[in-house]
Amino acid sequence: MDFELSDDQVALCDGIRDLCQGRFDIDTVRGLADCGGVDRRLWGELADTGVFSLVVPEEEGGVGLGWAEAGLVFEQLGRALVPGPLVGTLLASGVVDDAVVGFIERTDGPALVEYPDVLDALLVIDREGVWRVDAAELSVEPAQSVDPLTPVGRVAELPQGEEVDGCYGWANRAVFLSSALQVGLATGARELAVAYAQERQQFGKPIGQFQAIKHMCADMYSREEVARAALYYAGCVMDATMGPGLPAEPGDYLFFHGCTIVRDDVRGDEEQPDMVRAVSGARILAAEAADHNGKDCVQIHGGMGFTWEIDAHLYLKRAWALTPCFGSIDEHAERMAATVSRSSGLWKVTAG
Amino acid sequence: MDIRFSADEIAFRDELRAWLGEVLPTLGDPPDRDDWTARREWDMGWQRKLYDAGYAGINWPSEFGGRGSTPTEHLIFLEETTKMGAPYVGMNFVAQLHAGPTLILEATPEQQARHLPAMLKGEEVWCQGFSEPNAGSDLASLSTRAIRDGDHYVVTGQKIWTSFGHVADYCELLVRTDQEAPKHRGITWLICPMDLPGIEVRPITTVAGSSEFCEVFFDEVRIPVENRVGDENDGWRVAMVTFSFERGTAFISELLGTMNQLADMAEMASQIPRNGSTAWDDDEIRREIGHLQAEYDALWALTKRVVSQAQRTGMPGPGGSVFKLYYAEVKKRMADLAHRMLERDALVLAEDVGDEQTGGDMVASRLYVLSLSIAAGTSQIQKNIIGERILGLPKER
Repeated sequence: MDFELSDDQVALCDGIRDLCQGRFDIDTVRGLADCGGVDRRLWGELADTGVFSLVVPEEEGGVGLGWAEAGLVFEQLGRALVPGPLVGTLLASGVVDDAVVGFIERTDGPALVEYPDVLDALLVIDREGVWRVDAAELSVEPAQSVDPLTPVGRVAELPQGEEVDGCYGWANRAVFLSSALQVGLATGARELAVAYAQERQQFGKPIGQFQAIKHMCADMYSREEVARAALYYAGCVMDATMGPGLPAEPGDYLFFHGCTIVRDDVRGDEEQPDMVRAVSGARILAAEAADHNGKDCVQIHGGMGFTWEIDAHLYLKRAWALTPCFGSIDEHAERMAATVSRSSGLWKVTAG
Repeated sequence: MDIRFSADEIAFRDELRAWLGEVLPTLGDPPDRDDWTARREWDMGWQRKLYDAGYAGINWPSEFGGRGSTPTEHLIFLEETTKMGAPYVGMNFVAQLHAGPTLILEATPEQQARHLPAMLKGEEVWCQGFSEPNAGSDLASLSTRAIRDGDHYVVTGQKIWTSFGHVADYCELLVRTDQEAPKHRGITWLICPMDLPGIEVRPITTVAGSSEFCEVFFDEVRIPVENRVGDENDGWRVAMVTFSFERGTAFISELLGTMNQLADMAEMASQIPRNGSTAWDDDEIRREIGHLQAEYDALWALTKRVVSQAQRTGMPGPGGSVFKLYYAEVKKRMADLAHRMLERDALVLAEDVGDEQTGGDMVASRLYVLSLSIAAGTSQIQKNIIGERILGLPKER
């Protein structure tokens, strides 16, 4: 066991962090809100760096890394507030040829589509499989998003689209990747809060010298570290149980709103960590860390924290936008509850 | 990052499992909580069995009689012993995890030869004489006085929170040998035999009704100078050096025991009638159980990260303070949830409350968890440490 980043993994994180600092400084990121969330040139740079083809095997033109690495990269993207349909585009890489790809679950009634003005295609998952819908087929009604970095629009009814193969396990992977973005958001919010606590003076002292503020910062760091551990663990479990880039068996690990269709198979063996449980656990902790750290970041900035000018709200709003993704926190808690037992053996959850 | 055990680690685990499978059925029932003679026999007997099987001093270097295992093997040892229900370290805690490592790093060869083998064989119980009524979080302000008189230090003062003080053979004792020096520079570390004249031990009854904590009073107790570990007035450094032995494994038995408790709670929930169904069918209760499981899994992952960092660098990462802070609050929530499920039954303690550190009765547990955010550095001190040492926020003073 060596559950610590390898030298290559550290270098990967550093490389992505440098890319984000160089290309996605906060002014650029704020500017992206005015052009639908994606600038094709910058998006192309992310693609050229291999951000989206990380888990595509090398022989298919990808980077050939695992989900653990994908988590590390997405964590850095979240930390830098990089907007855009990052999750869908990574999942679609090597499966469809589009450059900017959304990923959504088909539900009854109208769908809320993220980044509607910049998509090439939207991949839609339902009980039967995954379907590609050309962006031109979408009739989008504009809506005002709570998060300036996650523009949304309403689509009255999603077209059926054309079936896409090789998408098994995507729902869990999407949950994992959005959790990684949220761990990064929790980190970014904590860093912003701590920097402000060191610099802002009241009563003749930096406010970070007061325990009331210092202890809030310590709580922010703790939440972030616990969520990070859960995330890295989930990435390792995904790699150990599925192999980098390998699809699971059909029907395995698919997860839909309001019902869980999972396994009654072999993965509960104690030698084989439970992937579904690891992903749901990471989701719960990452969502809460990003939410709480976003709120604490606003609070530590005082009155300025309630202004548009200070970046604190951007972390919080992005965290909120990412949380409802293939199941609510309550549903993920249900998935966890179903696994609680001394033997952690086989389990089944039926449609709810 | 690789969470899988290596072939060597799996071999270590399998051998340990086989041994535990043989020895555990021979142990009989654990003694009553307040039967100190029987508890001493039980804990020391287990230590002797570990010694005979080559598992004593698992993290001690082999030149001092330990097994010299890696941090990951230590993790495996704690995981397997807890999962299979082996006895906890109990009153061997200070000797195995604190005083022993201190002697290994700082004591003379004579002191080491006198105590280390006895500690490994389960022949010496040690206790800790650090905290005082007026020196808690601010430990360095301790005032138990030692005055040099020829070949002896004459010690007068009071210690508190001394676990197992009434059954211990020796005490690792911090005393003030220089009244004038800055507070960290006038402290000396002594080996104090607990049978010396002038020592009085009074058990303290905790809110949980247990009595493992003691106050220890010293009235002109004469401790030989040869019992000093390290230099005179260098005791603060000697006390702190012990922490370099820490490999992030301190809470493994607790955490895994707590996960078993959560599984028992889930089982209990499905048997408690509630609104024509069971407590398990209450969405709030069931989801909170799932939520707690997510947090414990994350803390287990955090532990593996800290242990891996220790394996790489010899020092655990900063996750230790984070773990303690987070774990204390999660376990309090779990105890509260158990009581929501039990309702009026939560007024009744089990006849045998079990080992509260690794599980046991949920009613007793709700009391025990109050100590988790106090002992070994309060949560407020942990937050200062994280804020100042990790995040670089300015010190208060």
